[in-house]
Amino acid sequence: MERPIRVLVAKPGLDGHDRGAKVIARALRDAGMEVIYTGLRQTPEQIANAAIQEDVDCVAMSILSGAHNTLLPKVVHLLKEEGADDILVIGGGVIPDEDIPGLKEEGIQAVFTPGTPTQVTVDFIKSHVTPRA
Amino acid sequence: MDVKAKLLEGNKRAAARIITWIESGDPRGYECLKDLYAHAGHAYVIGITGPPGAGKSTLTDQLVKRIRKTGKKVSIIAVDPTSPFTGGAILGDRIRMNDLTSDAGVFIRSMGARGYLGGISEATAPAIKVLDIMGSDVIIVETVGVGQSEIDIVKHADTTVMVTVPGLGDDIQTIKAGIMEIGDVFVVNKADRDGAKRTVLELEAMLDFNGESPWRPPVLQAIAQQGKGIEVLIEAIEKHEQFLRESGVFEAHRRRNIKSEILELIKKAVMIRVNDHSETEQMLDAYVDQIAAHEQNPFTAAEQIMAHIQFK
Ligand SMILES: Nc1nc2c(ncn2[C@@H]2O[C@H](COP(=O)(O)OP(=O)(O)O)[C@@H](O)[C@H]2O)c(=O)[nH]1
Ligand SMILES: [Mg+2]
Repeated sequence: MERPIRVLVAKPGLDGHDRGAKVIARALRDAGMEVIYTGLRQTPEQIANAAIQEDVDCVAMSILSGAHNTLLPKVVHLLKEEGADDILVIGGGVIPDEDIPGLKEEGIQAVFTPGTPTQVTVDFIKSHVTPRA
Repeated sequence: MDVKAKLLEGNKRAAARIITWIESGDPRGYECLKDLYAHAGHAYVIGITGPPGAGKSTLTDQLVKRIRKTGKKVSIIAVDPTSPFTGGAILGDRIRMNDLTSDAGVFIRSMGARGYLGGISEATAPAIKVLDIMGSDVIIVETVGVGQSEIDIVKHADTTVMVTVPGLGDDIQTIKAGIMEIGDVFVVNKADRDGAKRTVLELEAMLDFNGESPWRPPVLQAIAQQGKGIEVLIEAIEKHEQFLRESGVFEAHRRRNIKSEILELIKKAVMIRVNDHSETEQMLDAYVDQIAAHEQNPFTAAEQIMAHIQFK
């Protein structure tokens, strides 16, 4: 049986709406993925815990609050601590270009800024999730 | 890592991976369960079912917060049998359980319908076993109450809680059509809305029709969103557990479930054998032609195909 790619779509930080996260969740679903949607105001600990319990292939985080430089790397570190560093971590939202190289160094493998067609994200996930043994 | 040893230690990542294997038909899933099955049987299983939007996830969140105060470890399986059978799905039950995600004594897993041969219950039952082996004291299975698949799912629960809302009208009809029998405890949630009392009376009246039985399901009210009615619900579940254990029904249920588990596995094995049989497709097509031309009938066709397949 073909196993669908499982993606946790999460919204770290305190900003109050999740329109962007919902758009990406729907796009991933339409591309045949199983999306676990967790809603607003997630702490990095909650995101990492959920990613492990749901055994996802990818964590996709949408963030508008400006706290991306602390929150996104924190998730990567927590996953690593649990030995789950094979999970693909990506981010999206309002993130200034100059912050992107730093985030990539911290293990966020792609950052999609507003206006990126959802298909780009879909394709990136499909080609970058770690194949399961 | 040795997943089996890790699971016995209570490792969540191991549990999560084994459930994935079971979900996707990877033989390693059943292999783990074969070796560890003797360690299962400790957890108490609660089913929470009812129409979409009734407040099942909110109620589960509240319920688990109370249970956690006693120190018991809790696992939740949130099943969405209404998600599409093929293709993608969005599973959103975790939205109402965010606080629980920070609690090391809680494990939550969302499951969609996918392409299970024997229905979604086929993966739920072994997933319950995995979480039992992991050391959960209580396992809650949340599932949408719309048809046969969730009746099958809650079969694996020791206590089933049916959640409804005031003035459900059409839903009452749905409940009548079979789901009424599976509730051990009824909760009219959203009792902050008009008509809760009347819905309680309607449910009580319907339960009267079920006739004499050693357990009369209580009908409770709750406002899950405000955490109201939760203590009473826990008491009702505990009372039901006590009834099950004292009456011997507990043992009888578990024996029935073991039996149906074996039968399900046999059914699945037979179907796999039938599907794998290289000539099945050809034979099927030939019979379909004959039957369409009024030269054959499906009963004889099924007999002859079965006779043709080797069952070792
Ligand atoms: N008014 C009211 N709304 C509630 C109550 N419990 C849950 N809800 C809301 O009902 C909606 C559906 O709840 P959810 O738990 O997701 O329902 P489920 O689909 O049965 O799991 C959410 O918006 C909840 O906030 C309640 O007691 N009163
Ligand atoms: Mg729900």
